[in-house]
Amino acid sequence: MTSTLDRPTDLAQPTDLRRRLVVIGNGMAGARAVEEILERGGAMQFTITMFGDEPYGNYNRIMLSHVLSGEESDADIFLNSLPWYAENEITLHAGVRAEKIDRFAKLVYSDDGGVTPYDVLIIATGSRSFMPNMDGLYTADGSLLPGVFAFRTIDDTRNMVSYATHDHHRRAVVIGGGLLGLEAARGLQSHGISVEVVHSGGHLMNAQMGPAGGEILRRSVEALGIGVHLRSRTTAILGEDKVTGVRLRDQPDLHCDMVVVAAGIRPNVDVALTSGLPVERAIVVDDSMRVLDEDDIFAVGECVQHRGEVYGLVAPLWEMAAVLADHVTAADTTAAYLGSRTATKLKVAGVEVASMGIQEPERDTDEHIVFSEPSRGVFKSIVIRDEKIIGATLLGDSRKVAYLTQAFDRGLPLPQERVSLMFDLGGPAEEVGVAELADDAQVCNCNGVSKKALADTVKSGCKTVAGVMDKTRAGKGCGSCKLLVKQVVEWAADGAVEEDPAASYYVPGIPMDKPALMAAIREQGLRSVSEVFAALAPDGAEDAKSKMGLASLMKMMLADDYVDERDARFVNDRVHANIQRDGTFSVVPQMKGGVTSPAQLRRIADVADKYKVPMVKLTGGQRIDLLGIRKEDLPQVWADLDMPSGYAYGKSFRTVKTCVGREFCRFGTGDSTKLGVEIESRFQGIESPAKMKLAVSGCPRNCAESLVKDVGVVAIEGDRWEIYVGGAAGAHIRKGDLLATVDDPETVKTLTGRFMQYYRENANWLERTYAFVPRVGIEHIRAVIVDDSEGIAEQLDAAMQASVDNYVDPWKERSDPFTAGQFRTSLPLEVLPQVPVR
Amino acid sequence: MSTDAVTPASMTAGVHVVGPLDQIPIGEGRAFGVVGEQIAVFRLRDGSIRAVSAVCPHRGGPIADGQIDQRVVVCPLHQNAFELDTGCSVTGAAPLRSYHVSTDADANIILRTM
Ligand code: SRM
Ligand SMILES: Cc1cc2nc3c(=O)[nH]c(=O)nc-3n(C[C@H](O)[C@H](O)[C@H](O)COP(=O)(O)OP(=O)(O)OC[C@H]3O[C@@H](n4cnc5c(N)ncnc54)[C@H](O)[C@@H]3O)c2cc1C
Ligand code: SF4
Ligand code: FES
Repeated sequence: MTSTLDRPTDLAQPTDLRRRLVVIGNGMAGARAVEEILERGGAMQFTITMFGDEPYGNYNRIMLSHVLSGEESDADIFLNSLPWYAENEITLHAGVRAEKIDRFAKLVYSDDGGVTPYDVLIIATGSRSFMPNMDGLYTADGSLLPGVFAFRTIDDTRNMVSYATHDHHRRAVVIGGGLLGLEAARGLQSHGISVEVVHSGGHLMNAQMGPAGGEILRRSVEALGIGVHLRSRTTAILGEDKVTGVRLRDQPDLHCDMVVVAAGIRPNVDVALTSGLPVERAIVVDDSMRVLDEDDIFAVGECVQHRGEVYGLVAPLWEMAAVLADHVTAADTTAAYLGSRTATKLKVAGVEVASMGIQEPERDTDEHIVFSEPSRGVFKSIVIRDEKIIGATLLGDSRKVAYLTQAFDRGLPLPQERVSLMFDLGGPAEEVGVAELADDAQVCNCNGVSKKALADTVKSGCKTVAGVMDKTRAGKGCGSCKLLVKQVVEWAADGAVEEDPAASYYVPGIPMDKPALMAAIREQGLRSVSEVFAALAPDGAEDAKSKMGLASLMKMMLADDYVDERDARFVNDRVHANIQRDGTFSVVPQMKGGVTSPAQLRRIADVADKYKVPMVKLTGGQRIDLLGIRKEDLPQVWADLDMPSGYAYGKSFRTVKTCVGREFCRFGTGDSTKLGVEIESRFQGIESPAKMKLAVSGCPRNCAESLVKDVGVVAIEGDRWEIYVGGAAGAHIRKGDLLATVDDPETVKTLTGRFMQYYRENANWLERTYAFVPRVGIEHIRAVIVDDSEGIAEQLDAAMQASVDNYVDPWKERSDPFTAGQFRTSLPLEVLPQVPVR
Repeated sequence: MSTDAVTPASMTAGVHVVGPLDQIPIGEGRAFGVVGEQIAVFRLRDGSIRAVSAVCPHRGGPIADGQIDQRVVVCPLHQNAFELDTGCSVTGAAPLRSYHVSTDADANIILRTM
C-alpha cells in the first residue's frame, strides 16, 4: 500500500510463533495441498515455504496439450501466479531444487546452497517422463539429442512449439501411443507437422481400454491424419547433431525432424531415496498421507504409493490433498484416504474417452455389453458382475458417463434393459440424469469440482455457465465435462440460467453487442467515445479497456464526422508507432507490396545512422523495421524518412505481401506485384476490428503465402484470380476459404474492399478474419459479397470508399502535433525538465 | 491521490510545482521527474488530477503512456491496471506509489512527495 505518510514499519511484531511448513514440489499436488491447508486456517498455524524446480508459479499441467496445440496461451494456464504466493505470504523458491532432507535435524538442503528448517514437511515432487533405452538418445555431454523432447513441463512444451515452427521441420515421430503420446501428436499437427505414433503395445491407450476399443480409436486417430505403428519398438534415435529419424525393430526406419518421447512416467523419488525415506515404486504413505514411520513428513501426488497404487491422473490427488490438509492442520485427525477408483473421462486428441474399472470380462459369468460403430468412431463396452458395473469404456460418445460413473462408484442397481445403460431410449431426459446425480459426484475430474460445489455457486447468485466455470474452475481442464457442467448449472438454476451477457458485448464497458451498439450510436447521433460512455455505459462510467475498441468502431462508422479524442487511443495510435518493452518505439515505413528503391533504402540507411537505431530489421511483412526509436525522436525520424506510415502498430490494414510475378518470374501468370501495390495504395491505414494482412501471389506456387492471409489473392492460368479469405499463419493456422475466382484485377479490388468492409461492420473487437469467416460461414459470406444476396453490396462499397477518401498519413502530425507533449518521453525521465525544488 | 492528513512538517519539505496543467491533455498522462522520483500525472475527464509513480512495477512499463478512466490506469505493456486513487493493482501486480496532487490558483500542478 502507498500513502503520502510514512507508516512505522516495525509495528512491534511479536516473534513469530507459527510452525514452519516446507513443501518440496510446486506442481499441481503441492500447490493444491497448500490451498487446502490455507482453507483450513493454516496461515495462522504455519509460515509456509515452497521449493519448485520449475522457475514459475503453479500451472495446470493438463492444459499443456492445449498450449502445444495453440488453443491456449501459456500465460493462461497458471493456477497460482507469483502474486498469489506473495498475497498468501508464502515464500516461494522458484527454480530451486531440494536435494536432500535431514530427517533428524529437520532441514531441507537445496541446490542454491540454502538450508531450510521445517517443523512439517510435504513432498510433492510428481513424476518425470520415462526415457526408454534407445541408442543415440543422448549426446556425448549427456543431454538429449537436439530434436528429442519429453512432454511434461511448460518448458518442454515451449521448446517443442519453437522447434516445430522453425527451420523447415515437418515430420515428427511420437514414441508412445497412450494419453500423452496422442495429445502430443495432435498438438504437433496443428503446427503443420505430419506425425506418426510408434507404440510398442498391440493397441492404443492400453492402460485405459481393451483391444476392441483401441482398434476404433486407431481408426479415429488415423482419420485425423496421424500415422500409427503398433507393436513397434524404437531401438535407436538417428542423427548426428540433430534428429533425422528413428530405427524400429524389424521395420524400416522412419525419417523425421523431431521425436517426442511419451513412453510413460516415473515418480520423482530421488530426494526421498537419498534422505532414507521408504520408497518402493514411489514414496510409501499411509491413509493419512504421512510417509511411513515419519511423524512430520507427508507426501502427495504422483510421487506417492498408497496401498500399492501409484496414480498418474489428477483426480486422485485432489482427494489426497484434502486428507493431507485435514491432518497437517489437525482440522480432522480421523480423515483417511482410502484410494481412488479411477474413473477417467478425458478428451484425447479431440476424441472423448471415458474408462473405469476393468476393461474386459474376467470370469465366465461376467456379463459383457458391447456396442461398436467404427464409422462414427463410437465404441461402448460395459462389464457387469453380480448386477454391478465393474468396468466400462466409452469412446467417441460419453453422454452416459455421469450415470455410469456413479453406478460404478456406488454399485447402484442396474436396469433390466441393459441397453439403456448405453443410450437414452426415449427414457428419462438428460436433466433427470443430472438431478439424480449424487451431491458429491465429481463433475470436473481435472479440477475436482463436485455437483454440489457447482450447485452452491449457482445458489450464491452466479447464474451464468461461464461465471460458474470461472469461479469453480470446472471445465477448465480437458474440457470434456463442459456439457455436464452446463446441465448441472441449468438444473441448479432451475430454469433461471442467465446467458453470460458480457460474452456478446463489443467492448466490456458497454452492455451491448455490435449491432445494438452501432444502432444506438447512429440513432443518438453520438460522435465521440466520451459521448458514447455518457449515453450508453452503466452510470455513464468510462472504461479504459473499452476505449480503443470504441475509437476504432466510431472511426469506421463516421469517417470524417468522428470527433477524435486522443485519450481514447492506445499509445501506439497516439504516436503512430509500436511501443517496445523498454518504452521506446519501432518505426516501419510503408513499402507497398514489399517494393522499394535505392533512394528509399539510402534514406532509411541515413536515418538509421543519424539516430543510432539499435536494430534495422527486415520484417515478416516485407518491409524494414527501425527498432528502438525514442518517443521524442519520432517526428524528426519521420521527417527525415519522408515516407508514409506503414501502420505496423494499429488494429488496421497492414501490408500486402507480393511475389515478383509475371514481369520477372518464369512461372508467373499474373502481375502480382502491380496488383499488390494497387491494393495497398487503396486500403492503406483503414482501421478494423483486428489486423488485416493481405498477399498477392503470381501463381499457385504461392510465394507470397496468399493462402494464409486475411485476404489472399492468387493468379491462376487463363488470366484469372482466386481470392481467399480468413487464412492465418500466426498464433493460429488456417487455410483461407476460396471466396471467388474472378477475371480481372479490378474485380479483385472491389471484392477485397467489400469483404473487408463487411468484416469491419460485423466482426467482434479483436476478432481476426480466421475466426470471423468460420463463425459466419464462407457460404454466407460468398452470398453477400459475390452474389449480393442481401442487396447491400453497393452500400458496403460506398462505406469503404468513404474510409478510403478519409485517409491521411498519420506521420504528417510530425509538423503539427495533435496534443500538447504528444511526443514527450514517458520513460526514462533523465531528459525531462527536472523540476526545481521550491 | 491520498486524502491522509499531512503534517505541517512534510508540507513544506516535499512540495513541488511542476508547471501548468495544460501541458497534460484531457484524459491523458504525462511524466515528471521530481527530485529523483518519476511521477505520472493524469488529467481525468471530470477535470480532476491524480498522480502515481511513473514506472510499472511489473516490468518497468511507462505508466504515463497508459489509458485511463475515472478509476484506473492500464499499463501499455502488459495491461496491468492500477487504481489512480491508491496505486493498488486490480490485476495482481505490485502497487504503484500514489502521490498527493492538486492545482494552485494559476492552474499550476502541485505535487507532494512526502
Ligand atoms: C516486426 C514483426 C516481426 C519481424 O521482425 O518480422 C512483427 C512484430 C510484432 N508482432 Fe507480428 N510481426 C510481424 C509479422 C507477423 C506475421 C507475418 C506477416 O505479417 O506476414 C504474423 C503472422 C500473420 C498474422 O498476423 O496472423 C504475425 C503475427 C502476430 C500476432 C498473432 C496474431 C494472430 O491473431 O494470430 C501478434 C499478436 C497479436 O496481434 O495480438 C503479433 C504481434 C506483434 C507485435 C506487434 C507485438 C506487440 O504487440 O508489440 C510485434 C511488434 C514488435 C515491435 O516491437 O515492433 N504478430 N506477425 C513483423 C512485422 C510485419 C510488418 O511488416 O508489418
Ligand atoms: C501434457 C500432460 C497432459 C495431461 N493430461 C491429463 C488429463 O487430461 N487428465 C488428468 O487427470 N491428468 C493429466 N495429466 C497428468 C497430471 O498433470 C498429473 O497427474 C499431475 O500434474 C500430477 O501432479 P503432481 O503435483 O503430483 O506432479 P507435478 O504436477 O509434476 O508437480 C511436481 C513438481 O515438483 C517439482 N519437483 C520435483 N522434484 C523437485 C525437487 N527435488 N525440488 C523442487 N521441486 C521439485 C517438479 O518440477 C514439478 O514442478 C497430464 C500430464 C501432462 C504432462
Ligand atoms: S515479434 Fe512477434 S513473434 Fe517475435 S517476440 Fe514479438 S510478438 Fe513474438
Ligand atoms: S510493464 Fe506494466 S504491465 Fe507489464
